[in-house]
Amino acid sequence: MKTAETPFEFVTVSYLTRIGNQSAGMLTELLAGLEQCNDASIFHHTFQTLGSHHFLTEGFSNDFAQWVLADANRSDLAEQLTALDIRDYVSIAALRSDLCRVVGDYCAAYPHFAEQSALERFYFCESVEVTTPLGRSARTLEEFRDGIAHLSHASFYFHFISSRLRLQLRTNDFSHWLADSLDRNALAESVNHIDIYTNTLDSTRAKVLRLIDRERRKA
Amino acid sequence: MSNALALGRIPLDDYAKLLGAGEIEELRALAKPLRGRSIEMINSTAVGGGVAEILTRLMPLAEELYLNIKWDVMSGGQDFFDVTKAFHNALHGAPYHASQKDFDIFLEYNRRNRASLPLDAEFVVIHDPQPAGLIGARPAGKNHWVWRCHIDLSHPNLAVWDFLEKFVARYDGAMFSSPEFSRQLPIPQYLFYPAIDPLSEKNCELEPEFIHQVLAQYQIDPHRPILTQISRFDRLKDPVGVIRAYRIVRRYFDCQLVLAGGSASDDPEGAIVLKEVLREADHDPDIKVLELPAWAPLEVNALQRASTIVIQKSLREGFGLTVSEALWKKKPVVASAVGGIPVQIIHKHTGLLSHSIEGTAYQIRFLLSHPEIATRLGEHGHQHVKENFLITQKLKRYLTLFLTLART
Repeated sequence: MKTAETPFEFVTVSYLTRIGNQSAGMLTELLAGLEQCNDASIFHHTFQTLGSHHFLTEGFSNDFAQWVLADANRSDLAEQLTALDIRDYVSIAALRSDLCRVVGDYCAAYPHFAEQSALERFYFCESVEVTTPLGRSARTLEEFRDGIAHLSHASFYFHFISSRLRLQLRTNDFSHWLADSLDRNALAESVNHIDIYTNTLDSTRAKVLRLIDRERRKA
Repeated sequence: MSNALALGRIPLDDYAKLLGAGEIEELRALAKPLRGRSIEMINSTAVGGGVAEILTRLMPLAEELYLNIKWDVMSGGQDFFDVTKAFHNALHGAPYHASQKDFDIFLEYNRRNRASLPLDAEFVVIHDPQPAGLIGARPAGKNHWVWRCHIDLSHPNLAVWDFLEKFVARYDGAMFSSPEFSRQLPIPQYLFYPAIDPLSEKNCELEPEFIHQVLAQYQIDPHRPILTQISRFDRLKDPVGVIRAYRIVRRYFDCQLVLAGGSASDDPEGAIVLKEVLREADHDPDIKVLELPAWAPLEVNALQRASTIVIQKSLREGFGLTVSEALWKKKPVVASAVGGIPVQIIHKHTGLLSHSIEGTAYQIRFLLSHPEIATRLGEHGHQHVKENFLITQKLKRYLTLFLTLART
């Protein structure tokens, strides 16, 4: 079994939520907030919330979509926002641009809904990230599997979801290492294809482990 | 008083059975750079109240991570606590005319405590307004001071807030239970949810026999749906509204209502509200109005676990941790969209929100008609609490805060 020259270093992440100074009580204010808030806020309400609400696999995609549905009562716009897939983005700027476009187009098409008061206000928050090495690493597929099996949700999220922004590639830490360091390109691709919107972090992890086990049996 | 009481050792590994070993390993990894570094928690009471309850559980867990943590309680006379109680209510928006004498009393006790408390830790966490003035003891440019506000400051009495803000603005950060509760401040503000302890008597697993015994004690039929609201007899919890919602539900479902709260005997307003509740209940044998002893966590736990649906129909609310307690027990919850409740109830995902008596009744009827949806909401609610509102998550938030402050 191949031993990687560069080990996979397991890391965990913890987030502190910083309360911003912006809030929105209607769609036009949401649009203004989306245009003006900082990148950490867009990250918080999309990437980070997907990790912290991973157990909701039926229609919860990001905080903006949930607020539009539950408080602004615009299910058609909520559907469009829910459909935005963070795996398509390797930069917050691109994600922000699409969020603004979707909300902006809706406000332009339905100006009477754009100014309607929502039940509750939306508060823009941002994530302050602290990463900590877990002091564990892997050089073989077996060690890698064992490491993944013992990760916390936060650590799994860090390597599998938020890594996309860090790598600036349409992939995740696991797939990146499998392809780059172990030359397991097919396995890397299969892992990257697991749907994080319709799986919880636990079921995603179980799928990753199953794929690795299958690969080990082949070897 | 210094060195407030905390519980004996609570092995951190006990939580691994509920949360997974990975979560505990992560806490240890986060805490490693903070080992031995000093933390001082300061509040104004050693027993009673939510802050003391949380600190009682948090301290032993922090010690398990080898943090050098201590909890000190500021001292004050009756005059001080009368003033700070009035401040507390005023910050919640109650009418109040603050006098210069009140401010002087506040300042004098804070000055005295500055002289008697150590206040020398690397991280000092001040809880609530009472000890907020201790910031005056902070040596310039040394240590990290943060203010944890457990109060809803969305509509404060401005005279009291303007007075307090001068102190708050000198901290390195402030923590609030909900974004809605915060103020515009020149310092960073962080979201810090209150938390429940899954191993406490109020939340631990119970034997089915004990639950049946509690139901029998209060003559509650385990074979018919049980709707429950756990809260003190307070108009802001709208117990009369709960009964009215129940009466609408009763037109369609043969169910029972349990309204359980602390004893109203030492609370004049509570006693009046209790009378109103009994009048509204009008001797309906299926409405159980229970005055529980001041501390009956196991009974509360049993009643929540026996419930078909848990209600929290508050008109105003702080955070409303009874919602998290019910969700942790995988109960479907119908609750008002006020205070911190929408943070816990993500509408249609972890429970159902309502805005009126009729809306509350409708959501209850919907869940009674669709038990499979009720089960799913309860499961998701449990996960939501596990990720966000457990004492271990709170500890993690503190560790993250201290690590963030240390690098500034």
